[in-house]
Amino acid sequence: MIPVSMSSPDTTSRGRPEAVYFYGTCLVDLFFPEAGLSGIRLLQREGLRVIFPKGQTCCAQPAFNCGYQEEARAVARAQIALFREPFPIVVPSGSCAGMMKRHYPALFEGDPLHAEAEAFAARVFELTQFLTNVLKVKLTDHGEKVRVTWHSSCHALREMGIVMEPRSLLAQLANVELAPLSRERECCGFGGTFAIREPEISAAMVEDKAGDVLATGAPVLLSGDGGCLLNIGGRLAAKGETVRPRHVAEFLWERTK
Amino acid sequence: MDGLMAKRAALFADPVEWRDLRALGSAVRARALANLPELLEKLEKSCASNGIRVRWAETTEEANEIVHEILKEHGATRVVKGKSMVSEEMRLNDFLEDRGIESLESDLGEYIIQLDGETPSHIIMPAIHKNKQQIAKLFGKKIREAKYTEDVDELTAIARRVLRRKFFEADAGISGVNFAVAETGTLCLVENEGNGRMSTHVPPLHIALMGIEKVVERLEDVPPLYSLLTRSATGQVISTYFNMITGPRGPEEKDGPTEVHLVILDNGRSRIFSDVELSATLRCIRCGACMNHCPVYTRIGGHAYEAVYPGPIGKILTPQTEGVARRHDLLHASSLCGACAEACPVEIPITELLVRLRREATHKEPGSTVLQAGEGRDRLEDAAWALWKAAHRSPALYLLMGFAATRLRRFLPSWLPVLSAWTSVRATPRPARRTLHELARKEKVDGA
Repeated sequence: MIPVSMSSPDTTSRGRPEAVYFYGTCLVDLFFPEAGLSGIRLLQREGLRVIFPKGQTCCAQPAFNCGYQEEARAVARAQIALFREPFPIVVPSGSCAGMMKRHYPALFEGDPLHAEAEAFAARVFELTQFLTNVLKVKLTDHGEKVRVTWHSSCHALREMGIVMEPRSLLAQLANVELAPLSRERECCGFGGTFAIREPEISAAMVEDKAGDVLATGAPVLLSGDGGCLLNIGGRLAAKGETVRPRHVAEFLWERTK
Repeated sequence: MDGLMAKRAALFADPVEWRDLRALGSAVRARALANLPELLEKLEKSCASNGIRVRWAETTEEANEIVHEILKEHGATRVVKGKSMVSEEMRLNDFLEDRGIESLESDLGEYIIQLDGETPSHIIMPAIHKNKQQIAKLFGKKIREAKYTEDVDELTAIARRVLRRKFFEADAGISGVNFAVAETGTLCLVENEGNGRMSTHVPPLHIALMGIEKVVERLEDVPPLYSLLTRSATGQVISTYFNMITGPRGPEEKDGPTEVHLVILDNGRSRIFSDVELSATLRCIRCGACMNHCPVYTRIGGHAYEAVYPGPIGKILTPQTEGVARRHDLLHASSLCGACAEACPVEIPITELLVRLRREATHKEPGSTVLQAGEGRDRLEDAAWALWKAAHRSPALYLLMGFAATRLRRFLPSWLPVLSAWTSVRATPRPARRTLHELARKEKVDGA
């Protein structure tokens, strides 16, 4: 069952901005930099000026989720300070976008920065959401025929309400066939520190997810979140499987450039 | 669980109806909790005027003593029980058995696990961890008149024959309560097997057990909650039985118990009630949908939680009643995927409360009423987060780390304690050759 999309109206009601900020996220920075660069190129191709503030690090979700609020606030404060212009902030991750959009206001409750955190949060968009709802991009597929499967991160799904956006982008690619995962709304078992604190449970979850991926017969696993890709991809690689985990931004750019 | 999830989803197929009914249900529960002390007093008065005697217990020990006292007054030595999670909190069966009183579970699932000396692994389907072969063996071993069979209908019939006799022999029946209506003094009991009605109707004495949070204001509050409960719990539009108990047998009536008692238990609930955010925990109507949808619960089963209430609701409830430091383990047995909160019919923000309680476990905030707040603090973890903070609030340090990690990408020591948990089933993660920061600078992206 696909629920009514919870995308907030501000993703569609705004006009087309002249410039956007790009928030790379720490996982993309270190493990999927090509996905980050592809995201920037997809936005630039739409005629936007893309700004990548140099001092950006991490959205602070790991500390926040573990209950280390003060540490999370210190890091979040450093991020907010880098995005002062009223441009949209585009993030190639549903999870980091969810942190900044849904949790920054609560994180700064009672703090002088609260109003600014709220304004910041209102400007945050996940990449596929921004491409679809704000830019309404049109894509032309130049790639070979390929079958792919799609895994949504839980936070993209449940915090950002992203269901149709990545699917509609992939549907624009004529030579791409999307083979849906069974139990596609179920968590892959990443959960940040969860994978480390509860390794056996996380392992059982990722094993099932890897099995579902293999059952689709698709040679490519796409997701919009680096954490899920590291997790499922890491399991698939350990099993000696050749399924390629790829960030959707990189896949979209590569096929349409 | 997949079948159950599909049945539930089919009954909430209309997203607008789901949204509206859920909003109504959670508003009803929130309103009841907002007026909890007044409603409980009102419930006591209404019950009293219906002839239901109300007793209050702060702890499970007190509740057990009260039940024992009432049974003793009546010389009752044989008790049949309907399903009650509060009685599981009290470990009532053990308490009564120790005092020479037979306390027999009459819900089929509860009957099965009682025979095997186990506790429920699910709040709605207590024997979900057993298959029919295991039950067949158990019945063959423990029930004298039973012939070994793996036929489910025959197994059910065996239990039914045993229980039927017990209902008529019992001196007292004990039950739980799903909703207690303050205005009318009505105890509502939702069930499918008829054992709830037999337990509360056939023996001459009925003792009902409830937590303080079970009260609702008015009779009109019941239908939305009832509808949410049965659909969420078992994917049923309505349960087979719905009992509304409004007092003992009247002077002109030919059946029903001659005495009805209601024991209202706190057991840490008023502490939860005292925190505005955490009090959402008490909205729970015990449907178990969070368990059925939880990727952790469905893989480890209910017993792994070592708590009366397993699954997501147990993960937020148990640390609050037993202590956030003592049950720190439960708070972290979650990927925060949010499937539980999404399925919750009364909109309990379970993942947000988990994060809040993780914070409470390691940091005592001023005015906190959480049990063992701050006592779960771990110096090693504090140090790790202090380092993390230092590395991520300083761009220079962060960029240096990124530089080092990309240059040393082949030399990540997979034996590191943190990394070995990861690599036990996954390939060793390798940083890219260059960070996005470096690529963006090279490509002359603005700001980089």
